[in-house]
Parts: sequence; C-alpha cells; structure tokens
Amino acid sequence: MAENTPDTPLEHGTSRVKRGMAEMLKGGVIMDVVTAEQAKIAEDAGAVAVMALERVPADIRAQGGVSRMSDPDMIDSIISSVSIPVMAKARIGHFAEAQVLQSLGVDYIDESEVLTPADYTNHIDKWAFTVPFVCGATNLGEALRRITEGAAMIRSKGEAGTGDVSNAVTHMRTIRGELNRLRAMAEDELYVAAKELQAPYDLVKEVAAAGKLPVVLFTAGGIATPADAAMMMQLGAEGVFVGSGIFKSGNPAQRAEAIVKATTFHDDPDVVAKVSRGLGEAMVGINVDEIPQPHRLAERGW
Amino acid sequence: MSQPVIGVLALQGDVREHLTALRSLGADPISVRRPAELAACDGLVVPGGESTTMVKLARIFELLEPLREAVRGGLPTFGTCAGMIMLADRIEDGAVGQETIGGLHITVRRNAFGRQVDSFEDDLEVDGLAAPVRAVFIRAPWVEAVADDVDVLARVAVGPAAGRIVAVRQGPLMATSFHPEVGSDDRVHGMFVDLVRSA
Repeated sequence: MAENTPDTPLEHGTSRVKRGMAEMLKGGVIMDVVTAEQAKIAEDAGAVAVMALERVPADIRAQGGVSRMSDPDMIDSIISSVSIPVMAKARIGHFAEAQVLQSLGVDYIDESEVLTPADYTNHIDKWAFTVPFVCGATNLGEALRRITEGAAMIRSKGEAGTGDVSNAVTHMRTIRGELNRLRAMAEDELYVAAKELQAPYDLVKEVAAAGKLPVVLFTAGGIATPADAAMMMQLGAEGVFVGSGIFKSGNPAQRAEAIVKATTFHDDPDVVAKVSRGLGEAMVGINVDEIPQPHRLAERGW
Repeated sequence: MSQPVIGVLALQGDVREHLTALRSLGADPISVRRPAELAACDGLVVPGGESTTMVKLARIFELLEPLREAVRGGLPTFGTCAGMIMLADRIEDGAVGQETIGGLHITVRRNAFGRQVDSFEDDLEVDGLAAPVRAVFIRAPWVEAVADDVDVLARVAVGPAAGRIVAVRQGPLMATSFHPEVGSDDRVHGMFVDLVRSA
C-alpha cells in the first residue's frame, strides 16, 4: 500500500467538514430530548441525531421566562447515553454559551430562536468555532445572512412548540420560491437581488448558479405527525427536526419511529398511511394565529 | 456493461452526492429503498449517514436480508463511512445490538476518531491512485482488524490516529472511512465503477 507523507497537519472545522456533517444527516429525523432516557428512545426509534435541551418548546411557551442553554450535566448525560450525534441550543448571539457547548463536545450547535435571544443586533460569528452551527430562517435572505456568518446548515423556523405546521410550510415555500426566482434571473439582475435579499452579492451569485443553498436545508417548527414530515420533505426539506411533537404525544417511541419511516418514504403514501395508524394522541396543538405577535418565536432573529 | 446500473442505498444519508459522482463517471445510478430496486443493480453504494438509522430502516422495510444475499452473491458494493460500518462483519462501539449487512471481513470501530470537533480533512495516499485524495472524515470509523483476504488501500498518515486503516478492498467489496463523495474528486468512485464494469 502507498505511504502517506506527514507534511501537513489535519485540518479540523473546515467548511467541508462542517457542511459535510449536515449532509450525513439528510433524509433523517433529529429529535428534541430533555433526558438521557428520551435520548435512548430517540436513538432506538432511528433518529439520526438528538437535540439536547432543558425544556421542549411547548413547555418553554407554556412556562415563559428566560430560556437559556441547558445544564452541562444534562448535556453530558445525554452525550454518554447515545452513540448518535448530539446537538444543543445556544441563544441567538450568545457566543459564550456556544463556547461552552463546543467545550462539552456537542456535535452541532443550534443558534436558536426557541431560546431567549442574548443579542438583538448580532448573531454569533460562527466562523470562529470548530463545531458547526445550524440556524433557523424564514426566507432566503435570512438563510444567506446566517450562511455568511458561518452557519453550516439551515432549517426553517416554523413556529416551535405549537404542533401547527403552517409556518414551517410558509417558510419552506418562501425559501424554495425565492431560490427559483434567483435561478431564473439574468446575471445583471443579481446585484439588485443581493440588495433586496440583504445578502452578499458573491453568495447570491453562487446560489443563483447552483439553484440551491450551499448548505443542507432541514425543516423545523410544528411538525407533529408522519404526514407533516412527509409533506415537508415533498416541499424540499432535506430532513426534519421534531421538537415537542414526539415527547409531548401519547406514545413517543411509536410516533418517533413512525416519523422516521415517513421521512424516508415521504413520497410513498401507502407507507405514510401504514405508519400513521394507531399512534394515539398527537401533541395538543396551538394555532399560530392565536398566539399574540410578541410570543411568536419565528420573529426572533433577523 | 458500458453503462452499469449502480444503486445507492437511499434509506438515509448523503445519497445525492453519490448519485452525482456516479453519473459523472458514466454509470446509471438509481436510488434503492426496495428489494425490487436492489435486484436491478450491477453494483451498490452504501452512503454516508447514520448507520444505526440505516440498519433499522433496512430491517423494518425488509431490505436487510436481500442486501445480505446480494453481497454474499458477489454484488460489487462500496461503503463510505456509515457504509463501511454497514459492510463490516464486526463493530466495536456500536449501538446495543447493532446489526450490519456484513460480508467485508473487517472489524470497524464506530466514531473512532471522536466527536464532530475531531472531524477533519487531509491529503490521503490511496493505493491505485497516482495523486493523494483530499479525504474528509466526519465522525468517522476506522478499521481495527482485517482478515487475510482484505487489501488495505490507505492508512492515516499523521496525527493521533496515524497508521489507522481507512480504506480497504476485498474482491468486489470496497469501503472507506472517509467521504470521497464530499468534494469534486471522483477518482475513488472511478475505482469502484471500474470494479463494477470488470465484475
């Protein structure tokens, strides 16, 4: 066999390594968990990763108050209980929480609007980290701004903790529609497009040529049933985050597995029908329309 | 077999990257989620992704036994990262009771290089290729042990894991710890397409 020459050190935390990690999650379901036991249930159900957090969005919404990064002990216990990747949430702009999460060895950080923002002007400079970041977006401009700051994965925001999928649908359709519009533009129109998207011209040009984001696009926020997951995948999501939808439902293990199956076979209604049977109660839903404007999480971040 | 049909196991993972690489090499790539799709293949790629998820879905959707039969029957198969784990006869540090397709006479250690912060890229010399490959390792496994009939194609050159085996071949089976599908270098896939064509 060939010998390798030890002339260059290994490169950690490159864009390819960070974005590549998200590529490996594609077609999968990432589940919110608050205990090691829930993490095991998620892993056994076929989750590709778990999101460790102190309270699921439905409880954050119900209990109110300031919502922060989770206790390191709790994150440690989840990391040691499963073999799949573990993600955790930091507050928008809270780079010190992100530093702590990196030091704990989490595999991905979600700079998340579900927690109370720590900085109402700036997001975290994600290039400064070895660990990759996922960020929420409601439209293409927001996604591109997050990518400019170093996000290696994007998810729709949806409206977390509601079980109402309508905002996730709006965000995915908006991003897809804006991508299509960009792809159809003449090159001399991209300057104004960049201005309107409030995103750097070079990135807008790259996205227009590729017709897709340079990072993986998942969906999140209100997904509660196998059919929700199947719809979001058909709308162009490359994978699914499920927050409160699993452990706030009647039969978490079975529902988790059903959503995993429906995500893989999202285009096969026979499979989605089969896995949707006998799941018991879905999480209690809240209509996004009934949530007063200041309590809508998707409007955090910009 | 000028345009071999090469399946990419599409239960979960970076399927599209493999389809793109195979298409650019003149193969006819298809996604495989069902036994009938597998039966149409001249070769198979098991992509990167989460091995515990893939094997669970393969079992539930009654694809695991057909996959085992196909590999036993000599179907040229190439696994990257999670795909390497799926092809290995034995796993260290797997999830409790984690099964594999098997067939490749190796023992792999799952998540051997550490967590995502330990993931890396490096230039890697691969047996059979003239110039090094830019190899991307993501929560990657390495090969702990190989049987006599397994050829070692690459070892890590530097760092704490120097000397670890990260690419192997055994007859019509190939596996890499790294992701040749991430990036624009198709040469490792080229080796596999040649293997399919000569089978």
